[in-house]
Amino acid sequence: MTARDVPPVHAEAQPPTIPARQLPATAGDLAEQAVADVLAALDGLPGSGGPDDLTGLTGGRHRGVVVDSPPGAGKSALVVRVTAELAAAGEPVMVVAQTNAQVDDLVDRLALATPGPAIGRLSAENYMPTPRVARHATVSIAQRADDLTGCRVMAGTAAKWATVTNGLWPWAVIDEAYQMRSDTLLRIAGRFERALFVGDPGQLDPFSTITTERWLGLTWDPMESAVAALLRNNPGIPVHGLPVSWRLPATAVPVMAEAFYPFTGFRSGTGPGGRRLEFTTRGLGAFAADEPIETAAAAGWALYELPARHTVRTDAEAVMACAALAERILQRGAVSYSERAPAGELVTADRIAIGTAHRDQAQAIRSRLGLLSVAGVTVDTANRLQGREVDIMIVLHPLSGRVDASAFHLEAGRLCVLTSRHRHACIVVARAGIPQLFDAHPHTEPVHLNVPAKFPDGWEANQALMAHLASLRVRSL
Amino acid sequence: MSTLTALARAQAVARRIAQPVATVRHVHVSDRPLVLIPLALAGEANAPLAAMVGDEPGSPRLVVVHQPRNRDQRFAFAAALAGIVVGYVEAFRSAVETIPSGQGREPRVRCADAPQVLVPNPAGIGFVRLLGRSTRFRRSYGEYAVDPAVPVLGRWLTFLAERAEYPGSCLLLAATDALALHWASGQSPVEDLNLAALLGWIDPPAGMTGPEAAAAAEDPVLWPPAGPVTDPTFDNEVLAPLIEACARAGDGTGARRRAESALEAAVSAQLTPTWGLMWRGVGLLRALPPGGRVAARWDGDKDAFTRHAEHLRAGGPPQPRRDSAVAAARRLDWMERALASYAVQRALDDPLVLAEYRMTGEAFVGIVTAAEPGPDRRLGQAAQAAPADHRHHGGPSAGRGRRPAAVPGPARAERAGRLRVAIGPAGAGRTGRAAAGRPGRRGGPGAVRRDGPGAHADPGQRSGGGRPGLLHDAVRLLPAVRDVPAARGDAVDARRPAARVRARRRGR
Repeated sequence: MTARDVPPVHAEAQPPTIPARQLPATAGDLAEQAVADVLAALDGLPGSGGPDDLTGLTGGRHRGVVVDSPPGAGKSALVVRVTAELAAAGEPVMVVAQTNAQVDDLVDRLALATPGPAIGRLSAENYMPTPRVARHATVSIAQRADDLTGCRVMAGTAAKWATVTNGLWPWAVIDEAYQMRSDTLLRIAGRFERALFVGDPGQLDPFSTITTERWLGLTWDPMESAVAALLRNNPGIPVHGLPVSWRLPATAVPVMAEAFYPFTGFRSGTGPGGRRLEFTTRGLGAFAADEPIETAAAAGWALYELPARHTVRTDAEAVMACAALAERILQRGAVSYSERAPAGELVTADRIAIGTAHRDQAQAIRSRLGLLSVAGVTVDTANRLQGREVDIMIVLHPLSGRVDASAFHLEAGRLCVLTSRHRHACIVVARAGIPQLFDAHPHTEPVHLNVPAKFPDGWEANQALMAHLASLRVRSL
Repeated sequence: MSTLTALARAQAVARRIAQPVATVRHVHVSDRPLVLIPLALAGEANAPLAAMVGDEPGSPRLVVVHQPRNRDQRFAFAAALAGIVVGYVEAFRSAVETIPSGQGREPRVRCADAPQVLVPNPAGIGFVRLLGRSTRFRRSYGEYAVDPAVPVLGRWLTFLAERAEYPGSCLLLAATDALALHWASGQSPVEDLNLAALLGWIDPPAGMTGPEAAAAAEDPVLWPPAGPVTDPTFDNEVLAPLIEACARAGDGTGARRRAESALEAAVSAQLTPTWGLMWRGVGLLRALPPGGRVAARWDGDKDAFTRHAEHLRAGGPPQPRRDSAVAAARRLDWMERALASYAVQRALDDPLVLAEYRMTGEAFVGIVTAAEPGPDRRLGQAAQAAPADHRHHGGPSAGRGRRPAAVPGPARAERAGRLRVAIGPAGAGRTGRAAAGRPGRRGGPGAVRRDGPGAHADPGQRSGGGRPGLLHDAVRLLPAVRDVPAARGDAVDARRPAARVRARRRGR
């Protein structure tokens, strides 16, 4: 059976198993269209003659489809739908994600979406099944692929798949492919014939602890992302885009699209005024944190500006400001109105996140929240917040208090991740003087031969965001 | 730059002398290293001008190219250099040692020692790499034949340069890198690339302070650049006329010989000060006690050297121009593993390095209050690998993959609600799960910061000589090894010592 036997998407009833939360009612038609487009593209792929170690990187045949997805565009829903369709057509599918948490999420949603076919969860020796995986009877867990032969869908992290040394799957669905390094793709490329790569090109590139210029300019540079290497070696691979962000509110989309997705752009699933944030209490007393949270509730964004100062990474004032904002939002009883909850929904601590650039900053904010007895607020670095969704995001700007603007702190993906997690509002906490810092540190990275220029440029993206925030600036008392 | 390094640099400025940032030596220093100081001609990509090379401080050997633009002379230089370098390197092939292998396997034989080449700065490593690339594919027959020693030199230089990318390897070292690993000067990392200035900060001559010595080192007449680039004024006013004179004089004439020896004298004068600095640097490094894991890393270098020597002996091909996709992925994997284990080894060897991880919250100090044998194999290995002094230290989290002697950091421990601490030799091979009271508060980075260097810095104290430095004070003030009693039996009840620490803090 081949992909051509996949039943047409629209012939099937709307799958009731996908929770409405993932595919909002208003989004139904557009998401269906995206799924249909992708399945049609996959359907057009030629079959494979057999295993080829370098399929993904050097094969001349185009046996893959790339789907670029802006933040919150239903990427995971797409992965689940396509996997379910392929499995329903009777073909084994390997599902690859980058972290165990991502795999568990996908397995959970797949088990809900496809009752019937068994799902295999490939895992490491010391893996403890999370409750959301263990609750499904159709999911079996094993350390070796040979123990899961009965499973039509087999899911695991890329690192785990790299240890699988035999077998050939007709289909691979690779989630968060922009977070995967090309050397990992090289390791798993021999395991599949055709593949769907899904990911967000605006997010953080995969990183290596090694800094070397040894492989610069090679099309198989192992430090590059899997999709970048794939497209450089196979320029004809079709690239689809998901056009609508269901997560970001109408206030965030123009800013994010201009700063981080300058060529593709995307739009918001909700119109202006489709999302509102209100407070059940008035701010009494002179709390510094009141004005920024009110600005953010009204405009979707706020910049809470502390006095200019060069500080160490764990800037005590900025740490206190971040914690105070989260505390005040909870004290004021923020209520969010959206298409999910037209009648309003209290913003609880688990719907707030604080994002930083460094782990020690996150740790300092956690300690501070502990002193304030605020529990449940997620505090983490940009790398770990990838894929998260909250109502209100508080961002400690990566350049706050810094003397220099290094490439790490200017990286567009870092800022993009931090400022694209929210459904309602985003508050950026920063020391004054960041635009001046940009001027003092223009782009000085060397240009290398045969290395394609990267877009968006971190310097420009940072400038665009700060320019937007300048009008929504609140100075601390 | 970490906070502790920034502090050390600030202290170096205040005290006018470099501050130690390591308590032990983290690099292997050979008994007989080969010092190589290359000079290149300005304006030509990696055109060798001269090299001063030798393994005895008293007998440097000078190789000079009288017309660096002449390709024949360039390869004659490579042949002359090969006579010294290849001779030095291959001398290490003769002595071998036998290493017992695991159960049921043949013992292994490897070279008993390996060569160590020292260049002044990272640009010197770049020179070695490029010279290796330009010579390793040359042939000793056919058109444009070169001396048979030249491609052999190219392959050894390429081996050394590739090995220099490998974290923790000491086969080819830049002196400025090795020194900056152990001392923080009061200047920027870019200025630290000047060997004379860096040594001025670390070991100023009598009667001078660090900044004075570093400022004096910026005079290219007193302290010519340590290569491969030369001083432009020297190029224009000395070198160009001398090369011109060599070219003008006819072959074999007395004028030619005079011009050549004048050129050699001028180049030698440029290199001799750096030669002295290199051996001073070697002496400073030798004076430090070696870290506990330096020898094991050097064994890895010996293995690599033995493998390459075998490859050459078996007539293997030269290293390829660029890595294939598979080779690149494999090399990156090796390097990441090596970097992770190097970081952990340095932290476990040296409390000052560990302090950096503790400040960022990546490592922690826990007090073992109860221990039970656990099934976690990795922690079991950690307990065996960790020396007794560090048994209660969590190592820095070393990224993904295998983590030698690492214990989960505080973030993970907090989530799990308890600390898992490897305990000492009494329970060697066993793992402990310690119920720790609020690890994020007392032992975590918050506590470290509160007790940290800033709060107790007293610039007046211990200024004599400057050497032990406030960093040591800072480390002493951290909840330290000695606050925790040695393991007695399987379980350690350290609540009383912990209470004593708290009481001492309250009393202050």
